[in-house]
Amino acid sequence: MMVTLSHYLTLSALLFTISIAGIFLNRKNVIVLLMCVELMLLAVNFNFIAFSRYLDDPAGQVFVFFILTVAAAESAIGLAILVVLFRSRRSINVQELDVLKG
Amino acid sequence: MFTTLLFYALSTVLLAAAVGVITARNPVFAALFLILAFVTSAVLWLLLEAEFLAIVLVLVYVGAVMVLFLFVVMMLDINVTTMREGFLRYAPVGAIVAGIIVLELAYVIWFRSDGLPVGTTLVPRDAGYSSTEELGKVLYTQYLYPFELAGMLLLLAIVAAILLTMRQRPGLKVQDVAEQVKAQRGDRVRMVQMKSESE
Repeated sequence: MMVTLSHYLTLSALLFTISIAGIFLNRKNVIVLLMCVELMLLAVNFNFIAFSRYLDDPAGQVFVFFILTVAAAESAIGLAILVVLFRSRRSINVQELDVLKG
Repeated sequence: MFTTLLFYALSTVLLAAAVGVITARNPVFAALFLILAFVTSAVLWLLLEAEFLAIVLVLVYVGAVMVLFLFVVMMLDINVTTMREGFLRYAPVGAIVAGIIVLELAYVIWFRSDGLPVGTTLVPRDAGYSSTEELGKVLYTQYLYPFELAGMLLLLAIVAAILLTMRQRPGLKVQDVAEQVKAQRGDRVRMVQMKSESE
């Protein structure tokens, strides 16, 4: 039995589901939330690369390249916001971030 | 056959690492599990013959982004116990949502995949094939404009991250190089004329 596209799609679906469950489990910890978002992006990249290989189209890899760029920028800015947040509130608990609540 | 075994072994490690990320008690362990997940998926991408992206994943993610994550985790003083409360309370909701998504994705992958090569097996590329070359050909011709936009995006991220975290603390003593260079002799030394005193 050889590895088919379905195997890769199933693997990335499982990875995506695990990271969604992680977002529900770690609702209070922003850092782990960011890590779960990174895992979701990894699952999406898996799909792109698998489709690119099985459909024999390099455009899928270009998209992975751009997703990696955007994800790197996102995590850099997200962590910078986190540092500023911790500096002003002394905590990164999501539940305490209710200043903008009407 | 060896490829299949390798795929299953690496997939097991990857999924175990992902579960480790979401259940680790300490964010440092979560970050380390995430590093394991990234390295494992880089090897899986090698199985898909995407060498360039695999090495980029290791260099950019494990080398830069995860180090940034670890740096921030260690810099912030996080109270792990308050972070963990509500973990079990939200577990059923998370399990329900995850189950729904599993059903939806399974439906799409296994029943709605007409016209996709879901069952075909891969023919290995010949030894002279270079995924870097293929990617470069498309990236620098068809996707040149998005590529430049990606460069702009990275510049924006650099500027935004520096601007957000830079702060001016009052009362901080810093060197003003321009003032130092501009200083004349008269600013520092006062010449006094006085008679010599002798006994």
